[in-house]
Amino acid sequence: MTKAPRKAPKKEQKQVETTGHSWDGIEEYNNPLPRWWLWTFYASIVFAVGYMIAYPAWPLMERATPGVLGFSTRGDVAEEIKRFEEMNAGIEKKLAETDITEVAQDPELKHYATQAGAAVFKTWCIQCHGAGGQGAKGFPNLLDDEWLWGGDLENIHITVNHGIRTEADEETRTGDMPAWADVLEPDELVAVVEYVLSFNQKDANAKLVEAGKVVFEDNCTACHGEDAKGDPDLGAPDLTNAIWLYGGSREDIMESVANGRAGVMPNWNARLSEADIKAVAFYVHGLGGGQ
Amino acid sequence: MALIDKHGVIERNATLLLIFSFIVVTIGGIVEIVPLFYLQNTIEKVQGMRVYTPLEQTGRNIYIREGCYVCHSQMIRPMRDEVERYGHYSLAAESMYDHPFQWGSKRTGPDLARVGGRYSDQWHVDHLTDPQSVVPESIMPKYGFLKDRMIDPEHIEELLLTYRAVGDPYTDEMIENAKADFLAQADPDSDYDGLIERYGENVQVRNFDGAPGVSEMDALVAYLQMLGTLVDFSTFTPDKSR
Repeated sequence: MTKAPRKAPKKEQKQVETTGHSWDGIEEYNNPLPRWWLWTFYASIVFAVGYMIAYPAWPLMERATPGVLGFSTRGDVAEEIKRFEEMNAGIEKKLAETDITEVAQDPELKHYATQAGAAVFKTWCIQCHGAGGQGAKGFPNLLDDEWLWGGDLENIHITVNHGIRTEADEETRTGDMPAWADVLEPDELVAVVEYVLSFNQKDANAKLVEAGKVVFEDNCTACHGEDAKGDPDLGAPDLTNAIWLYGGSREDIMESVANGRAGVMPNWNARLSEADIKAVAFYVHGLGGGQ
Repeated sequence: MALIDKHGVIERNATLLLIFSFIVVTIGGIVEIVPLFYLQNTIEKVQGMRVYTPLEQTGRNIYIREGCYVCHSQMIRPMRDEVERYGHYSLAAESMYDHPFQWGSKRTGPDLARVGGRYSDQWHVDHLTDPQSVVPESIMPKYGFLKDRMIDPEHIEELLLTYRAVGDPYTDEMIENAKADFLAQADPDSDYDGLIERYGENVQVRNFDGAPGVSEMDALVAYLQMLGTLVDFSTFTPDKSR
């Protein structure tokens, strides 16, 4: 086997001087830094100086140097929010000024209110009312046609705006379901629960139902009505339709009657703009149950 | 460059090297860290910020004990999407009485910096007891046991004194009345005028968990309902140079 002879080294290795240090006979070359490294290093220094002039950098006694570009994170956010607000300013203003019952008549406004309302709903409402508006125990389902405080556009708008039983808003909706255990005798409680249960349950104890009817007429009709169909002005629910906010079992109803109920909803006027509130009210009304 | 050629002297003397290294680090520290303590715009001047009431402070300790911070931050960053979702970005002033602060970017759960007032007390109780009952897709564990753990404010003065030692401006009056204030905040039928007078109008007095007595649930919900509600943003103008 023949092999081409190895190429001879191009040149003798360049003679480099040493630093003069010597440890146990080992010497240290004094090679210069690679050029590319050195120039990158100088360029970084130049960049740093430019950066310090352009951007906030040096802390002084009262504040940091602001930089000639005037950059500020907070200023940037403010500007971006303003930019988006300006883009929607026209239609938001129109929505805020339009009566909520007339929103549906303007196709452009209707489209905007539905889209914006969905966004507001997903951000602020789903934690209690569910991602699809289906609600949870103690937090009303917004898809059915049972409305504690009225399900037309104007009433939904008022509820979203001022909330329910919230301390922060004087115009908030208030209704009281007292703790009847403080008022009624235990046997009266049992009887009235049985009566309420009898509206949509056939196996209720007939004797108790009769006694409960008397208790109901004496104590409950002022809010729930003689027909027990409730009163949306007082937030009193319809008891006959088998839709239960706090559960419809004998135990659940007993708990509601004995201890009372007072669900709270925040007043959204403290956090959302009038246009947002109208949009979300319009959206909720359109979920299916709106009257 | 005669001076620079003398670096061999430092390199051969460990003590000298240590002394010079210390000087370099000190200068760096003075330039970079010290001004932050004196800059007037580090902590914004805001209205409404106050120290936490004894009940809120206890709730905060439960929050830390249960490791809520592992999944929840309390820092809304200055970006449009965060501001749209959570509210005004957090200010340094809002966590100036936090020891330790609850900033962070780990968000397995949502940011809580402005959770106060967003939901009802009942929602918080339901949600802490069984998160999936109100948010089916939630992965949060259950904290129902908080309702059954009643708190006796036996060491509440010491707690406030500890926070005073690390810089929270609790007055002597606040510490003297700590026990009474602790109990008053969770009982709307009590005489809570003193509590309001000491801590301010923005103290919320309610029976937070809806059950008699003061439980850990009361304290935690009181703390959560206060978060982000203290600063009056109608009187706040952001500083341009930040």
